[in-house]
Amino acid sequence: MSSTINGLPPDPILERRELIQLRASQTIARRTMVSRVVTGLLWVGLVIALIPLGSVVLALIDKGVRFLGWSFLTALPQLPSLASLNDIGGIGNAVAATLVIDALAGLVAVPIGVVVGLYLSQGSSRPANFLRTVVEIMTGMPSILLGVFAYEYFVVTMKSYSGIAAVIALSMLMVPVIAKAAELAFMAVPSSLREAALALGARESRVARQVVFPSALPGVLTGVLLALARAVGETAPVLLVVGPTISNLWNWNPLKPMTPMPMLIFGYANSQYPSQRAAAWGVALTLVALVVILTTSSRLISARMRRERHS
Amino acid sequence: MTIPSPVSERPLKSDVAERIRRSATSDRPFRYVLRATAALFGAVIVLFVWSIVKTAWPAITSNGINLIIGRTWIAGSGPYGALPLIIDTLSTTAIALIFAVPVGLASAMALQFQVPQRLRGPLASLVELLAAVPSVVYGLWGIAVMVPFFINTLEPFLSHLTGSSWPFNGPQDGFSILLAGIVLSIMILPTIVAVSRDVIATVPIEVVEGALSLGATRGQVFSKVIIPTARTGLLGAIVLGTGRALGETIAVAMVIGSNAQLPHSLFSSGATLASIIAVEFGNSVGSEGSALAALALILMVITGLVNWGARALTRRAATR
Repeated sequence: MSSTINGLPPDPILERRELIQLRASQTIARRTMVSRVVTGLLWVGLVIALIPLGSVVLALIDKGVRFLGWSFLTALPQLPSLASLNDIGGIGNAVAATLVIDALAGLVAVPIGVVVGLYLSQGSSRPANFLRTVVEIMTGMPSILLGVFAYEYFVVTMKSYSGIAAVIALSMLMVPVIAKAAELAFMAVPSSLREAALALGARESRVARQVVFPSALPGVLTGVLLALARAVGETAPVLLVVGPTISNLWNWNPLKPMTPMPMLIFGYANSQYPSQRAAAWGVALTLVALVVILTTSSRLISARMRRERHS
Repeated sequence: MTIPSPVSERPLKSDVAERIRRSATSDRPFRYVLRATAALFGAVIVLFVWSIVKTAWPAITSNGINLIIGRTWIAGSGPYGALPLIIDTLSTTAIALIFAVPVGLASAMALQFQVPQRLRGPLASLVELLAAVPSVVYGLWGIAVMVPFFINTLEPFLSHLTGSSWPFNGPQDGFSILLAGIVLSIMILPTIVAVSRDVIATVPIEVVEGALSLGATRGQVFSKVIIPTARTGLLGAIVLGTGRALGETIAVAMVIGSNAQLPHSLFSSGATLASIIAVEFGNSVGSEGSALAALALILMVITGLVNWGARALTRRAATR
């Protein structure tokens, strides 16, 4: 800091101004530094998050792709041997079991979920509010608990493991998801539409069927697909009720034990045969592909819905 | 002259009014269907809770408080003390949160504000896709990729770094509480990122622009504007992830080593409330089925409370 110029006494105003400028530049430098560190940390966080998640995707593709093919999806599994690595055959019966169980779970859950959603969308009476809370808590309920329930009521009373017990557990997982999405979709239907239909003399059931439901359909469908995507991959409740052993035979009858794909992955992952441990990745990739198809179509529908609403 | 209201109970004369009245009454069946379905669903949920309480009852009456504070769990004969399972459940969840919360919140903010527009869509889709990947696939990945990594690299490294002192002592065979916690953190990461990104997106842009116009740096906008404004919703996202970690079953059962013992270190094998149900339920004999149902009840109460809290928080954030 220049204190004296040409022997003159120091100028207090000039000195103060320089001091302020110095402090300001220091503050700005410090704040820029801190900001850089913070934004840098955010980048670091994103990279740390992407490493393991990317590793999951890479492992799936790297170890799973060689299995994919028509015969893998449709043929029966072959009995494994410790000698050979490539005698795995297919997973046709597991694919069939998954299709049967999840289609039936959808058949049970979709009507109930949609009607519960319609009921919830119609107002906030005390029972409706209570049911709404129940639905929300059920959405986060650990799925294994529904397996315990299905075991107690279906496996014990039927005295047999069965696909149908898994259907019950999975449909109970699906109903809250569908009901929540349906409620939101029904509430998003403009009330002017509903009122106009009522004013024209239509009954409530007709209004629901011909006015509310068609315009809420994409939203409901989004929820149904998301619920299916969740049900297809559920393992914990299925493990308890479909039977303890992995089946190598065709079975389309849900009253008998079945081996759907998630159960097969669990069994193969812990298998003593290297060929089965390797094939677990083929099953996993198939299952993930199915889930991706379901979630992507759900996303496409909701994206299109948003576009239409804005236009 | 007053026009009779269609909802009035007075007898109406004209044909139109009669039709309106009839149409209104003839919709009772529709409302009955709605109520009956809602009641059916409610009844099934009551049945669900009741079945678990009923099955658990013998174990609750015969073990009493030892069910929660007992230190030993012996399959088949008892005693059934769930303390090791509760401790393992809480410690795996804690490990999961330690990693997933900072990384998840940072990624959400980076995704929302830092990543170039062109990359944002694909990355967000990737995150949502990973939130939908079934947990058994994460378990498979844990066994096939993480266990070798733990045995060969991470466990020797941590043990060497700390001179084999607590909590990095014990067997180095991969299957451990630490691995279960890390697999859990990777599983709840997409949930935390997706939900907190939605919450951050609701912060009004005016507030951010106001702060920037006053000369705030990006870092200050993050720490002093966005996080405080979105605080409740972010907390809701974290609690939601916590609920998922507490109840996660299959992935944990595959990597934790399934051993109901009090943990000695982060490298010891263990079992959580959910994972032991998955592993033991199929081959449970005697009184163990009831004891496992009692674990299910404990788990139901814990996750019910956590999820209820998360919903309350996210709803408060949404309505504000």
